[in-house]
Amino acid sequence: MITLSGIHKSFGPNQVLRGVDLVVPTGQSMVIIGGSGTGKSVLLKCILGLVQPDAGSISIDGEDATTAARDVFLARFGMLFQGGALFDSLPVWQNVAFRLLRGSLKRPRAEAREIAIEKLRRVGLKPETADLYPAELSGGMQKRVGLARAIAAEPEIIFFDEPTTGLDPIMAGVINELIREIVTEMGATAMAITHDMSSVRAIADRVAMLHGGVIQWTGPISEMDATPDPYVQQFIHGRAEGPIEAVR
Amino acid sequence: MTTLLLAPLRGIGRTTLGALAAIGRIALFGGSAISHILRPPFYPKEFLQALVHIGYFSLPVVGMTALFTGGALALQIYSGGARFSAETVVPSIVAIGMVRELGPVLGGLMVAARVASSIAAEIGTMKVTEQIDALVTLSTHPMKYLTAPRVLAATLAVPALVAVGDSIGIFGGYLVGVNRLGFNPATYLKNTRDFLETWDIVSGLWKGAAFGFIVAVTGCYYGMNSGRGAQGVGRATKAAVVAASVLILATNYILTELFFSA
Ligand SMILES: Nc1ncnc2c1ncn2[C@@H]1O[C@H](COP(=O)(O)OP(=O)(O)O)[C@@H](O)[C@H]1O
Ligand SMILES: [Mg+2]
Repeated sequence: MITLSGIHKSFGPNQVLRGVDLVVPTGQSMVIIGGSGTGKSVLLKCILGLVQPDAGSISIDGEDATTAARDVFLARFGMLFQGGALFDSLPVWQNVAFRLLRGSLKRPRAEAREIAIEKLRRVGLKPETADLYPAELSGGMQKRVGLARAIAAEPEIIFFDEPTTGLDPIMAGVINELIREIVTEMGATAMAITHDMSSVRAIADRVAMLHGGVIQWTGPISEMDATPDPYVQQFIHGRAEGPIEAVR
Repeated sequence: MTTLLLAPLRGIGRTTLGALAAIGRIALFGGSAISHILRPPFYPKEFLQALVHIGYFSLPVVGMTALFTGGALALQIYSGGARFSAETVVPSIVAIGMVRELGPVLGGLMVAARVASSIAAEIGTMKVTEQIDALVTLSTHPMKYLTAPRVLAATLAVPALVAVGDSIGIFGGYLVGVNRLGFNPATYLKNTRDFLETWDIVSGLWKGAAFGFIVAVTGCYYGMNSGRGAQGVGRATKAAVVAASVLILATNYILTELFFSA
């Protein structure tokens, strides 16, 4: 279970998070929705310790995330970054197997490569992709390699930052299904960021809406459509009129 | 009136404070780089790659620089020496000037231009494309994986480059001395050898090591602290080259004081 309470984060005068409280139950997938620039990525990065929150506490299964031993803590996580964040100096398979080639999870090269190819197949990429470099791949393929890397070490907790942004609807559908499958199959806890409503419906067990630096609404996906919350209603129907300013 | 007078002063003050703060942060970063070099995990593959990139691929640039500098130095010393009929000092002064001063300084500056910029741009791009964040989430410390191998490689590679540059520079002086200034080849070589002391050479190599360290540390520092977007990377690259060059020249003065002031 991931518990966030009172998370604040500002960049200079820009107050991005102003007291985020959120609970993500183990084994469930939580989707965070919200306009761009509302701090969704910053929130995930706070949990991983990539961004230091100014105030508030984060705990994973009751253990304070800030004091946990970093290596052990991070070994439980996988993350798909918004832009893929593949290492462009390494071929695809070494990106996927990065964790398996060094550090505590290190294993023989041949075995790591095999696992990488297996994970690539899992995300719908052919074994030939393994020896290409990230720059030789299309955006959709890069996203899928990022996904394969995120799941390579079978993490307990997986974060997806806009997994379908920039993909065509078919590829987006494939990725959504894949995420759903991976989460169900691996029993992982997931947090995903997206503004794509079809993605929300495909992935989410629970939904949380981030706006104005706080969680405006959170609840199970089944209650999302019926909620009277004007922020959620405006967002899911993509209306220009409502409490969320169109010009930000 | 007073504000008009004080405004430029205030500007200078602010710039100075900013520069000092930057030097302090770079120094801390360098200290942290050393501590990461000394503690495992080590990344030998990254180290070897950095060694090839920083050392081997800098050879042509450093070699050309040394060749032309050695030649020009010989011409200068000859025409300057002629004023008090001391043309015969050309070989020894070329050798001493090359190994003590010009070899390490020009070599360091060329490496600063070539390597500090490329390190800053590479790491800066990794930073803005979230690759550094990705490294962290993959339980890999960016200081260990990116900074330590580059700093160690540069600290070892630049003295080697300086040694090669010294020889090529002396050879440049020899070519000009023998072909243009009418020196006897054997005498030129003998003069070079007789007046050159081991410490002349070794001090230059130590300087090279210091400059290599500076180049890699500033490159990594500005890369890691790159601002957002392409503009951020551009600024980081420029700042890295400027800072590395100035720090090399300042360090050169300090080391020369330490090594040679009686
Ligand atoms: N490292 C940073 N430095 C300064 N500002 C940042 C940084 N990271 C994010 N921000 C700012 O925080 C806000 C939220 O960013 P982000 O979390 O990326 O938004 P999104 O919800 O689209 O993922 C933006 O205004 C962004 O400019
Ligand atoms: Mg984002």
